[in-house]
Amino acid sequence: MGMNLKGAGFEGWRRENGRMGVRNHVIILPVDDLSNAAAEAVANNIKGALAIPHAYGRLQFGADLDLHFRTLIGTGTNPNVAGVIVIGIEPGWTGRIVEGIAASGKPVEGFAIEQNGDINTIANASRAAYRLVKHASRLKRTRAELVELWVSTKCGESDTTSGLASCPTVGNAFDKLWENGNTLVFGETTELTGGEHLVAERCRTPEIRAQFMAMFDRYQRVIESNKTSDLSESQPTKGNIEGGLTTIEEKALGNIQKIGRKCLVDGVLDKAEAPTGPGLWFMDSSSAAAEMVTLCAASGYAVHFFPTGQGNVIGNPILPVIKLTANPRTQRTMSEHIDVDVTGLLQKRMNMDDAGEALLDCMLRAADGELTAAELLGHREFSLTRLYESA
Amino acid sequence: MTIHFVVHDEGDSVGVVVVEGLQASNRINGWIMDQDRMIEFDAKSDIPIGHKLAVKQIKAGDTIIKYGVDIGRAIADIAPGEHLHVHNVKTKRW
Repeated sequence: MGMNLKGAGFEGWRRENGRMGVRNHVIILPVDDLSNAAAEAVANNIKGALAIPHAYGRLQFGADLDLHFRTLIGTGTNPNVAGVIVIGIEPGWTGRIVEGIAASGKPVEGFAIEQNGDINTIANASRAAYRLVKHASRLKRTRAELVELWVSTKCGESDTTSGLASCPTVGNAFDKLWENGNTLVFGETTELTGGEHLVAERCRTPEIRAQFMAMFDRYQRVIESNKTSDLSESQPTKGNIEGGLTTIEEKALGNIQKIGRKCLVDGVLDKAEAPTGPGLWFMDSSSAAAEMVTLCAASGYAVHFFPTGQGNVIGNPILPVIKLTANPRTQRTMSEHIDVDVTGLLQKRMNMDDAGEALLDCMLRAADGELTAAELLGHREFSLTRLYESA
Repeated sequence: MTIHFVVHDEGDSVGVVVVEGLQASNRINGWIMDQDRMIEFDAKSDIPIGHKLAVKQIKAGDTIIKYGVDIGRAIADIAPGEHLHVHNVKTKRW
């Protein structure tokens, strides 16, 4: 037994900035909610173009606006994207996002609706999308070493089987990838509550530990200043409680299994911030699945591990989400959502190394182009994190 | 042999039911993962898959241990084999 990761690799696309992607999307990216209709019309006109509508982008300011730009620019820059059409209501912020994406060398064009109207904007953007999809369709997959694959994780609709088996499976795979020198990330700041001391102990240096604890403590203050109860039914969620999780501490201790037993936390990231080197990064982030996965994609991650207990069905427009479960009822009733079945762990029919290798094997197949359950079912949840009210 | 419930660590107060349809009075097999040891028990409640049973006598106010770590406090007495969840355990945070 034992997978030799040193010899492992995948066939992906080498982007202009040197990063390796595993999908070849041309995306139509609205700057704001007003531009969703035009973006969707362009994607309807040009087959192979994918619109990514969302709810925000107007009257945001300060750190919240910075996060909006960082998330959209990061999404466009992600190596799973071959080219981008940006559409905004006005040219200023549209241009800012175009420039941000263009810095990676990727083909990108921007269109503004004011003084053009939807119909002319859609016509012009459709012609540009036509050229970009044609260009993307000519690009070939090339071989890369496994170390070039950036892998993110976040779990969802967790239950007690998540902490017993599916999260430790991710942990087993993360330990192997970390030793291989891959670039990894986990987050879900409040969902570490009760186990934050265990994450702190795993930080590689006292400086990283202090940065992690500052992020953790800040998010605790958000909870303390806004809560109206002990958060039962929000964190843990109704679904978590239905699945047998009783307290946030219990949920957190299961969640933390995703960082395995060997990985050290090599650095911390703000939301949607790109890591500057290999290793395991902690991203200060929401624990809501679509928000967190959207932030991982914006940070540049190319494939995602998503353990679920009760059966979260999430996907992402550009980031292949690989789901695994150890809950036999979820596997029995929702198997079309599950890529890796690790139910055998709870009956000792499978050991943790077997499970970790099954997940890594699925990851390599997905990187080579095999579609994930979420991709096959059309799950493209794209959820922007907001920091506070609009102006 | 079917494993009916799993305990992370032998110091834990609780185990997790991993089969569907567990009923009170069933004789059930538990697997203590970290020590890789089997134990036997009588279930005292009907317990859904994923939910927990007490594996020790617990008194109101006691700390509940899982993964060898504090996961909250009991707000009622809980006998071994009984269902342990939000009706008798609460968070110590928030």
